[in-house]
Amino acid sequence: MGESKLDLLQGTLDLMVLQTLAAMGTQHGYGIARRIEQVSGDEVLLNQGTIYASLVRLQQRAWIDAEWGISDNNRKAKFYSITDSGRKQLEKDAAYWQRLSDVMGRVLAMPPEGNLS
Amino acid sequence: MSTLRRVLSRVRSFFSKPPLDADLEAEIAAHLEMAIEGNIQRGMTPLEARRQAFIRFGGVETAKYQQRESRGIMRLDILLQDIRYTVRSLIRDRGFTAVAILILALGIGANIAVFSVVNTILLRPLPFPDAKQLVWIAPPPSKCGLSCATYSSDAYDAFRAGTHSFQDVTGYFAFDTADNLSLTIGSGAPIQATSIEVLANFFQLLGVQPAMGRAFTAEDVHKGAAPVVILSDAWWRRQFNADPAIVGKAFDINGHQTTVVGVLPRSFDFGAIFSPGTKVDAITPFSLDVGRNWGNIITFIGRLKPDVPLAQAQQDAAIVAPHMCNNNKVAVSCGHYDAVPVTLKNYVSGKLRRSLVVLWSAVGGILLIACVNLSNLLLARAAARSKEFAMRSALGATRIRIVRQLLVESLILSGAGAVGGLALAAILLAWLRSQGSIALPLLSSLRIDGTALGWTLLIAVFAAVFFGLVPGLRMAGGNLQETLKNSGPGSGSGRKHERLRSILVVTEVALACVLLVGAGLLLRSFLKVLEVDLGFEPQHAAAISVDYDTNAPTNEGVLLKQAQIFHQVIARISSLPGVQAAGIVDYLPLGQNRSWGLPFPKGVRAPDGLNAEPLVYVVSPGYMHAMGTGIRGRDFTWDDGPKSTQVVMINKAYAHFLANYAKWPEGSAVGQVLNDGNKDLLVAAVVDDVHEEGTEGDTGWQIYYPITQNFPTSAQLVVRTTLPPATLATSVLTTLRELNPKQPAADFRPIQALVNHANSPRQFFMLLVATFAALGLTLAALGIYGVISYSVTQRTQEIGIRMALGASTSQVQRSVIAKTLRLALIGIATGAIASLLVSRAIAALLFNTAPTDPIAFAAMVMLIGTVALLAGYIPARRASRVNPMVALRNN
Repeated sequence: MGESKLDLLQGTLDLMVLQTLAAMGTQHGYGIARRIEQVSGDEVLLNQGTIYASLVRLQQRAWIDAEWGISDNNRKAKFYSITDSGRKQLEKDAAYWQRLSDVMGRVLAMPPEGNLS
Repeated sequence: MSTLRRVLSRVRSFFSKPPLDADLEAEIAAHLEMAIEGNIQRGMTPLEARRQAFIRFGGVETAKYQQRESRGIMRLDILLQDIRYTVRSLIRDRGFTAVAILILALGIGANIAVFSVVNTILLRPLPFPDAKQLVWIAPPPSKCGLSCATYSSDAYDAFRAGTHSFQDVTGYFAFDTADNLSLTIGSGAPIQATSIEVLANFFQLLGVQPAMGRAFTAEDVHKGAAPVVILSDAWWRRQFNADPAIVGKAFDINGHQTTVVGVLPRSFDFGAIFSPGTKVDAITPFSLDVGRNWGNIITFIGRLKPDVPLAQAQQDAAIVAPHMCNNNKVAVSCGHYDAVPVTLKNYVSGKLRRSLVVLWSAVGGILLIACVNLSNLLLARAAARSKEFAMRSALGATRIRIVRQLLVESLILSGAGAVGGLALAAILLAWLRSQGSIALPLLSSLRIDGTALGWTLLIAVFAAVFFGLVPGLRMAGGNLQETLKNSGPGSGSGRKHERLRSILVVTEVALACVLLVGAGLLLRSFLKVLEVDLGFEPQHAAAISVDYDTNAPTNEGVLLKQAQIFHQVIARISSLPGVQAAGIVDYLPLGQNRSWGLPFPKGVRAPDGLNAEPLVYVVSPGYMHAMGTGIRGRDFTWDDGPKSTQVVMINKAYAHFLANYAKWPEGSAVGQVLNDGNKDLLVAAVVDDVHEEGTEGDTGWQIYYPITQNFPTSAQLVVRTTLPPATLATSVLTTLRELNPKQPAADFRPIQALVNHANSPRQFFMLLVATFAALGLTLAALGIYGVISYSVTQRTQEIGIRMALGASTSQVQRSVIAKTLRLALIGIATGAIASLLVSRAIAALLFNTAPTDPIAFAAMVMLIGTVALLAGYIPARRASRVNPMVALRNN
């Protein structure tokens, strides 16, 4: 089953986390990981554990905040929320990704040489 | 901005690991529990829910590692880990660690100490502002002592006015003797001290600011000026209890109420720079006018104008000097001067350069031996740990990681060694600082300064790389599988190790051999210096400075009065129990001296341009006897009065020189008449050549005038006794006090101390080199012992088999000793060849000893051979005691 899943490109996980937090508001690590899995339709190969390296990176850049709190089912968990500078960064990165994937789409849609009509 | 913030938070994270790790731990635990709960809600069994949660999470440890990696500074973490691991393993291996650190501490400590000495004496500028501008101005060395190395007041004025390269020129009176100052406080007994008279601009020129009060001014030397004195820091503390209100107080010094105008800073020690190994307690101003007719009395010190090169000053001086006069009123006294400026630094420490370089090389040798020794120890340790490294390597440690860890290990060892070395050096330097009697300049300012610390760091790192490199490369280059397989003794890599270790030991022995031969040659030289016939017998004699008052209206009155005083002193002292002889002289040997011209045989014209004069001593009857100097002819008597025939005694060398010109028959100088230009002098006796200026050089010419016909500059009473001189001190002083209540409590100084003082630099260097050689020998012996002992341990099984097959105890012993001897002989042979080269380089430091001195070479070779044998014998004995049964059973 592993072969069919997408390997994450360098830096994409950080962006996913930011977007998830922007969309969902405050959330804990498990919640973020689950959400990414669900949205991706289980197509990404994500070890949930790797999300914590990403979270600490984002936190050190002050793009997200973290606070211990109580989860829905009364469990102590660390909750993350996106900051203003995080939102700005998300905008920038999202625009970049959009452009990149547009370009990739166009390039890959290029018809073979002889078939120019 | 955000990058900076990241770096900062990474650093912060690095320092708050435990709370952050606990946080992460809790977070992950919560994550997993939520995941399990969720899985259960989705209908999984608890067991399956748990399994799935862990699968989805991925490796827990990997996640933690990744998080830490993004969070902190991983490289530093690894380094700390290495350090922790190394420290732990070093503590476990306590014996090895202690020996290694001790060896390094000795090697590095010796280096720091010697570097500090070299730095203080040779490298650091003298402790004056713009010290590079300071020059010492003197004629080239000549044969007539201090009188030909100094200048007259008129010459000083002419030089100062005529030259243009100097900001200013100053000087000091060169003929002040020890204990020339007598201080009386209230009605107490007079206290003796040493003062130096300097020109009024002395402190301004050197740039020395008194710690309290003021320096001298031109007014202080005006005619009729009130007497003033500046105290040295040490004397102020010792004699005046560091009285903070001392400036302005007046004391009776040499009979005059003298006002203290200043106290010198602790950093300025006149003796440490201008007369090493003596203490100078006070400085008084010297009036050029007072000394106008005294002839050559002043030494010159100049300060160059900024940016004037020394060569220009030398040309300047060479132009001005020939026009200077000893006395401006005497035309024939003009045109005899020469003046060569050299840097003051060079004057103070130039002659020590060679010795210090040798010393420096010797400690360098020690460090090399220490490193080689340590390399050897580490090799042995590495051999024992090769499996550990192979195992770690098999578990995934990269080669770099392993080399890095070995490097960390050597750095930690050498760091600890450096710390120990610093402590050792500090002790050694504190001891040296307190050795006021060693005639080496600037010793009192010895300290471990920033430069020395830098040097320490440098040699510590050098040592770590040097001794860590060989074992490190060996370990890292080793083949993993081979090492893991290689378990038995006598296998390939063990042999290779042993060869390398043998090479190291041979190097060590060779280095130690060079050091020993060098030390041997210096020791032989020192013994030769001690054997020198000084022309007097320093044992069983001591001298004390005698205070006398010869106030009389006429010169003749003074002569009669002083003769009467001295006659009485000598008579009373001679009658003390235990006193064999007593006599008075104005300058003791190996101290100051002066000359009064060149008395020549009557009727014979002295050749021109000789530039040599005999040194002059004014002595009492009985002085030669008290000093133990041999006399041929008659001694002076108390009847050689001012009105009777003027008599002198001359030494053999001077008599020989004069006899050549006067065509005296050999050995007939006694009874001849000399003329000094004014009066006739009858040669009453010829005396032995005395080493006046140093124990090592040639003896020059000497002439002795009777104290009954001439004026001494001071009176040093020499007492020869059958008892230890110190036991006489009290009775001599009491007797002098009875005769003259003003006699201060002067030191009763053994004559031997004068000789020791003159020999002290040579003794100092010899002792240090000998100590280093002994250290080198010990380290080499340790090295031999280590290698042989290790090889015996490695070959226990083989020895066991041999003995089981019938080898006898002595055969086994012989084979081990033969191995030792082979190593030692190769080392000694290499070392002896190297020594031949090295000894030629130190030839200039030797005295009456050839650089190839067979005794020194033979003795050292024997010594190192014997020590090597001993070092090999212990393991050989152990080898011969191997119980074949036990050896074969154990692997």
